[in-house]
Amino acid sequence: MRAQDRFSNPWPRRMLITLVMGYAAALILAPLAALFAGAFREGVAATAAALASPEVMAAFRLTLQITLVVAAIHSVFGTLVAWVMVRHRFPGKKLLNGLIDLPFAVSPVVVGYTLLLLFGRNGLLATLVDALNVRVAFAVPGMILATLFVTLPFMIRELIPVLEAFGEQQEQAAATLGASAWQIFWRVTLPALRWGFFYGLTLTFARALGEFGAVLIIGGGVQGRTETATLLIYHALDERQYTRAYSAALVLGLVSLALVLGMNMLRKRR
Amino acid sequence: MSAAAAGRASATNPAPPWGKFAVRTAAWTYLVVLLVIPLLVILQDGLRQGLDAFLRAVFRPQAFAALWLTVWTAVVMTAINTVMGTLTAYVLVRYEYPGKGLLNAIIDLPLAIPSMVTGVMLVILYGPQQALGSWLERSLGLRLIFAPPGIILALLFLTYPFVVRTLQPVLMDLDRAPEDAAATLGAGSWTIFRKVTLPALALPLVSGSLLSFSRGIGEFGAIVIVAGNIPFYSQTAAVYVLGEVESENRLGASAISIVMIAAAMGLMLLATWIQRRAARTRHP
Repeated sequence: MRAQDRFSNPWPRRMLITLVMGYAAALILAPLAALFAGAFREGVAATAAALASPEVMAAFRLTLQITLVVAAIHSVFGTLVAWVMVRHRFPGKKLLNGLIDLPFAVSPVVVGYTLLLLFGRNGLLATLVDALNVRVAFAVPGMILATLFVTLPFMIRELIPVLEAFGEQQEQAAATLGASAWQIFWRVTLPALRWGFFYGLTLTFARALGEFGAVLIIGGGVQGRTETATLLIYHALDERQYTRAYSAALVLGLVSLALVLGMNMLRKRR
Repeated sequence: MSAAAAGRASATNPAPPWGKFAVRTAAWTYLVVLLVIPLLVILQDGLRQGLDAFLRAVFRPQAFAALWLTVWTAVVMTAINTVMGTLTAYVLVRYEYPGKGLLNAIIDLPLAIPSMVTGVMLVILYGPQQALGSWLERSLGLRLIFAPPGIILALLFLTYPFVVRTLQPVLMDLDRAPEDAAATLGAGSWTIFRKVTLPALALPLVSGSLLSFSRGIGEFGAIVIVAGNIPFYSQTAAVYVLGEVESENRLGASAISIVMIAAAMGLMLLATWIQRRAARTRHP
C-alpha cells in the first residue's frame, strides 16, 4: 500500500468517488434515460407507428444515402491524404496537417452558410453549377458537400498513425520482388491498414448520421426532398409531434452509440 | 532485362516522380476545394463592404448580445468542466472501486451521440412541461430550457470527455515519488494534490479546457433545441447566424461567422501548441 493511502482518512476518497459518479450519472445517464422514457411515452405501439410513417422512413433513407456517399468519398480521398501525409516529404506539409483539423474548429452553421455563399442564388459558383444543370443549394449534393466538410478529419486521423506504425519495410520488400507501386499498395499496404480504415469509416459514419446545422442551412429541410433524420426531429419538435421527434431521436442516438461503442469494444479486444 | 533486374531498378526508384506528384496534387486539391475555398469565400464576403461595415455588423446590439452570451456560457461551462474533469480523471486513475469500468465508458458517450439528439434529451428531462423541469422552476425558480442555464448544461454534456481524456494519460504517466515524499513529510492529501499533483497537470489541463471552450463556442444543434432562438436572451452566435441567413442579411451572417472561425481556430492552435509543449516537457 502507498504511504499516502495508509495514513489518510478514507472519507475524502469516498466522497470524491461519489461526487464524480453522481455528476456523470446526472449529466449523461439521466438525459439518456429521459430519451427512452420520452420515446415510449405513449407505448411501444405508438413509437413503432411513429417510426413507420412514410415521412420518418424517407428522412432516415435520405440520411443513410448521404452518409453512404460521404463514407465512400472519404474512403478514397482520406486514404490518399493520409498516404501523402505519411510517405511524402514536401514543403507545406505542416500546413496541410493543420488544415485537416479545421472542421473540428468551424461551427457547422458556418459550414452550411459558406456553401450557400458559393452555390446559392447569386453565389460565386452559381453560374457554373447552372451551366452544368445541377442543383447544389437546397438539394442533396449541397448536403453531401456539407457533410463531407464536417467529417473530413476522422478517416485521415485514424489512418495516419497506422501508416506510421506500419513503416516502409514490407513495401520495400515487395518492391524488391518486382511489385509495381499499385500492386504494393493494393496487396501490402491496404491489408495492413484495414483496421484503421474500418475505425475511420465507423467514426465518419456516426458523425455523418448526426449532422444537423450544416445540412439545415444548405438543404433547407424541405419535407420529402431535403429532410434528413435530424431535420425531421427538429421539425417534429416545432410542430409538437413529440412522439415522432423523440422516437426518431432515440433511433438516431442508438445507432450512433452502437457504432462507436461497438468499435471501441472491438479495438480494446484487439 | 531480367525480372530480377527490373525489380532492383524499381526498388531503387519505386515510383516514377509524376505518379507521386499526381497523388500529392490530388490530396492537396481535395483539401483546398473542400476546406480552404469555402473559408476564403466567407472572409471575402464579410469584408467586402470594408472594415467599417464589418465592425458595425459585429457590434450591432443583437449580434453583440449573441456573441457575449456565447462567450459567457462557454466560460462558465469551461470552469465547471475543468474542475469536474480533473476530479473525474483523478478518480479514474488513482482509485479502485466497483463501477469504475462503467464510469470510464460513460465518459465517451457524448462523443458518440449526435449533438442535436443531446438537445432533445435535455428538453425531455428538463422541459417546462416535464415533471423535473416544472418542479425545478416552481420550487427553485430555476428555468433551464429556453434559457441560458440550458446552454451551459448542453455544453457540459458535450464537452465532458475533453478535459478527462486529456488528463487521464498524463496522470497515468505521472511519477508518484514526489507525492509519496510529500506524504512522508506529513502533507495532507489535499495539500499534496494542490501543491504537487496539480502543478504537474497544469499544461494539459489548460489545453483540455481550451479545447472544450472552442468546442463550446461553435455548438449549434444542441443549443438551438435547448435554448431556442430568443434574441438578447438565449440566442447564441451560431443561432444568430442561422437567423441572419434566413432573413437574408448576408453581411450580418458573414461577419459573425468570421468572428467565430477566427476565435475557434485561434483557440485550437493555442491548445495544440500547449499540448505539444506539454508532451515535450514530459518526454524530453
